[in-house]
Amino acid sequence: MIGADIVLESLKKANIDTIFGYPGGVVLPLYDRFPFHKEIRHILVRHEQAAGHAADAYARVSGKIGVALATSGPGATNLVTSVQNAMMDSVPTLFITGNVARNLIGKDGFQEADATGIFMPTVKHNYLVTNANDLAPTFAEAIYIATTGRPGPVHIDIPKDVFLEDAEFNWPKTINLRGYKINDEVDSEQLAEAAELINASEKPIIFAGHGVIISNTSNLLKKLCEKGDIPVITTLLGIGSMPTDHPLHYGWMGMHGSYHANIAASNADTIIALGMRMDDRALGRFADLNHNAKIVHIDVDPAEHDKNLKATVPVVGNLSTTLPSLINNIEETNHADWIQWIEKIKSEHADSMSIPNTDKLSVQYVVNSIAKENKKNELVVVTGVGQHQMWAAQHMNISKPRQLITSGGLGTMGFEVPAALGAQVANPNAKVWSICGDGGFQMTFQELATIVDEKLPIKFAIINNGYLGMVRQWQELFYKENLVDVNMSQPNFMKIAEAYGITGIEVTKKEQVSKAIIQANKIEGPVLIDFKVESEGNVWPMVPAGASLSETVESAKEL
Amino acid sequence: MKHTVVALVEDKPGVLNRIASLFRRRGFNIDSLAVGTTHEEGISRMTIVIEGNENIADQLEKQLFKLIDVIKVENFTNQNAITRELALIKVKASTQNRREILDILEVFRAQAIDLSTASLVIQIVAHKDTIDALIDNLSRFGILEMVRTGRIAMRRGYTTTTDEVIEYFDDSSKFHSQIGRLSNGDFPFVSD
Ligand SMILES: Cc1ncc(C[n+]2csc(CCOP(=O)(O)OP(=O)(O)O)c2C)c(N)n1
Ligand SMILES: [Mg+2]
Repeated sequence: MIGADIVLESLKKANIDTIFGYPGGVVLPLYDRFPFHKEIRHILVRHEQAAGHAADAYARVSGKIGVALATSGPGATNLVTSVQNAMMDSVPTLFITGNVARNLIGKDGFQEADATGIFMPTVKHNYLVTNANDLAPTFAEAIYIATTGRPGPVHIDIPKDVFLEDAEFNWPKTINLRGYKINDEVDSEQLAEAAELINASEKPIIFAGHGVIISNTSNLLKKLCEKGDIPVITTLLGIGSMPTDHPLHYGWMGMHGSYHANIAASNADTIIALGMRMDDRALGRFADLNHNAKIVHIDVDPAEHDKNLKATVPVVGNLSTTLPSLINNIEETNHADWIQWIEKIKSEHADSMSIPNTDKLSVQYVVNSIAKENKKNELVVVTGVGQHQMWAAQHMNISKPRQLITSGGLGTMGFEVPAALGAQVANPNAKVWSICGDGGFQMTFQELATIVDEKLPIKFAIINNGYLGMVRQWQELFYKENLVDVNMSQPNFMKIAEAYGITGIEVTKKEQVSKAIIQANKIEGPVLIDFKVESEGNVWPMVPAGASLSETVESAKEL
Repeated sequence: MKHTVVALVEDKPGVLNRIASLFRRRGFNIDSLAVGTTHEEGISRMTIVIEGNENIADQLEKQLFKLIDVIKVENFTNQNAITRELALIKVKASTQNRREILDILEVFRAQAIDLSTASLVIQIVAHKDTIDALIDNLSRFGILEMVRTGRIAMRRGYTTTTDEVIEYFDDSSKFHSQIGRLSNGDFPFVSD
């Protein structure tokens, strides 16, 4: 069979049935073979970046690998943002690009870009396949690497003539990479030491990161915190690892996390960090996160240990194997005094993260209403980046893993539209609500066409504040209200909806909100709601950039 | 403090690129980097000397090891190891002062390996500090050109850095070191 067939057979072998892609000269030999591999659904996007984000969100929602395909040169370079996005959030993804024929590589031919070189620092691993016989083993290896250990993007670059070359389909029986060994052994010594620290602590706290969701271990997290009576706070990407109504759930930490979560993190005597990479947006100024706490840091990636924050007890391993042993080793106790202390702060500072008591149309009210008008089990929330993202994370009661799909590490505006596309493809029965920035939406809304083509009933809530809101907030607070280039004129979003043939609803008043949401949910196809919200609200609480979590402020007056 | 780190890596296109890119991106301050083949086909050996505290060396090791093409990383800093570097130094040398230079070479156990009426090429294999001292002594004659290989290192005694790695050898890891090459074993990047 020819290389193109080997590629598609390889995907099928790996149970991949969906790819997001965009054609071009060098991948035509591959497209030519799609009709002969009907098991694979190719979704034609309108921009390669969207293919990447869709694959990324598809992976986050389904837990399976997401696949994006692009042509050489501009196709490949258009993918870059989405590759880095998947890298920073550890999303299992496979990026396939075509390249010019082997004899033209390095000759600066038409649409040649050194995709292998460009992608290298943005991927977990990448390959340039120079021989069709290598295709099947390369795909097997790539998929293995992308989905195991700490997941991430893997890129395969394939010259045009390799797609056309005849070769055997030699799918390997096992993968054995001497430079990539996944250590499944539980380090019981380290875990015993960790348990000792936890057992001796009076004010323990758990930081639950994205790793809990990636490794499907939220039930173990629950067991751990209940047995040790340990309050849990999550990172932004850890949201959903713990139901918000669980008595030990104390919100999320970080730049716009809850006041009490940030203060509890700063005052705990033992921190148990699970599957997180100690990011500055989550922890504030590292040096002053907490001078007294002993830190247990469990992560699959040993390079995360001591990178930003020195761990007292670093534990390398998957949470699914390490947590059971940790749970076994810790004593059943209670920390009533400590929990009461947090409760007190929580109730004293409840106002800084509440829905404003106003007749105006606030973003908090809009996103909270979307959460309320949907069934908890059906809702998948996708966001862009900015104020609306933070408010969605604060007020939507996300209580299940894989229910909040947001760009955490890279903070990619424009993620909201293509990611919603990927999310809905991954879970056709979900009610996918995309909370869009009016800025971010304009970066990628060309994908409405894809969404219409694929008949995906996504509901888009444009949070139309007429501003690059988060940038305006920073200019107002940290650049003496010198607002520069943040006030945008907006297109008529209703006409955009109309142009794409989808329902548009305009909401300007608080009273219209619930009705619009209910109406949108009743409509079978995609809906776009333009929420003309109050334009100048700021997100609170806030840890100013470079400050520590203990310096969380609740209003501009404190700055 | 200086750390000597040895890495065994897949002998594959792009490996040096990955490693150099990692150093640049994470801001590691590299003093020297020496790359060469080993007695095992498909494995190259790198010796990296980096300036920084324990924590930086620890991160370097972990980040290196995280690369799929890196098979093994070992920090030689506190090991009983031999470290060497080779330098070729071309100095101005007239018939009048040639003898004087040759006397200096004797002290440093360096050799003159080429001669012209106005110059000498000197070769020295030694520890970095010895080479630095030789250069100090030669500088007053006028150094015309110099090239140094960077440090290489090996454990003393019977144990090796490679032996634990070799047991992993099998067809699929051989395959891994082949991909990216053309069928004849060449790299796809044609240079005329
Ligand atoms: C691709 C990209 N460019 C720039 C930024 C910097 N940035 C962060 S938030 C923001 C404003 C977002 O505006 P909008 O999408 O309207 O959301 P809002 O903050 O108003 O809710 C900008 C420009 C970014 N995160 N991503
Ligand atoms: Mg906006």
